[in-house]
Amino acid sequence: MFGLTDQLQRRPATLLAGSLALAVMALSASASAQQRDPAYAAARAAGKVGEKTDGFLGYPTPPSAEVRKIGEDINIKRREVYAQKAAAQKATIDDYGFTSGCQLILATAPGEKYQAPDGSWQTRTSEPPLRNNKCPA
Amino acid sequence: MKRHALTNRARIANTGTMQGTRFGKRWSAWSGVSRLGVVMGSALALGGCISVNAPDKPIVIELNINIKQEVVYRLAADAGNTIKENPDIF
Repeated sequence: MFGLTDQLQRRPATLLAGSLALAVMALSASASAQQRDPAYAAARAAGKVGEKTDGFLGYPTPPSAEVRKIGEDINIKRREVYAQKAAAQKATIDDYGFTSGCQLILATAPGEKYQAPDGSWQTRTSEPPLRNNKCPA
Repeated sequence: MKRHALTNRARIANTGTMQGTRFGKRWSAWSGVSRLGVVMGSALALGGCISVNAPDKPIVIELNINIKQEVVYRLAADAGNTIKENPDIF
């Protein structure tokens, strides 16, 4: 510990270079990450899929085979991400998904569908969405 | 078969509790007065006190909800980053 501090004090340039490299990596990572698949974006905008309170996608209306495929595909990927991140935070997938769901519902655009705490499907308006009172502000 | 009466037997108890005039348990007239005094005395003593009543419903501590809330707050920042890092699936 002492050695590390000592090294950092002696070589501020190394630290700067390291953090620069990290920043570049983060930038390239976010740039390389894809945006929403057009089919998924269209299904969201049409209200065929919506954000559930558990952090996964749901179907406000009975889905077609294609819409179900889109939703399940995304949900499988989400579950994988939740599982990794929850393990890193020593939390359960359910809790991680719920916390994400709070934010995903908040991030819905007007016209998109989300699930209210009572389980009903709502269309997002310009008003704040109906969220579980356990959601952080 | 002969019947024999006991000699020198005790007097048959025919006085019910709290019924007789001379025998059995009975509160004297003064005992009621002294009880009244005790009641009045405690009422006076309690006059300046805060009365605490036991709630008629059981006390429920919703511990699960508090734990969940704590976890959700702890995860919030990390979940926000995760969503930003994976724009293709959120």
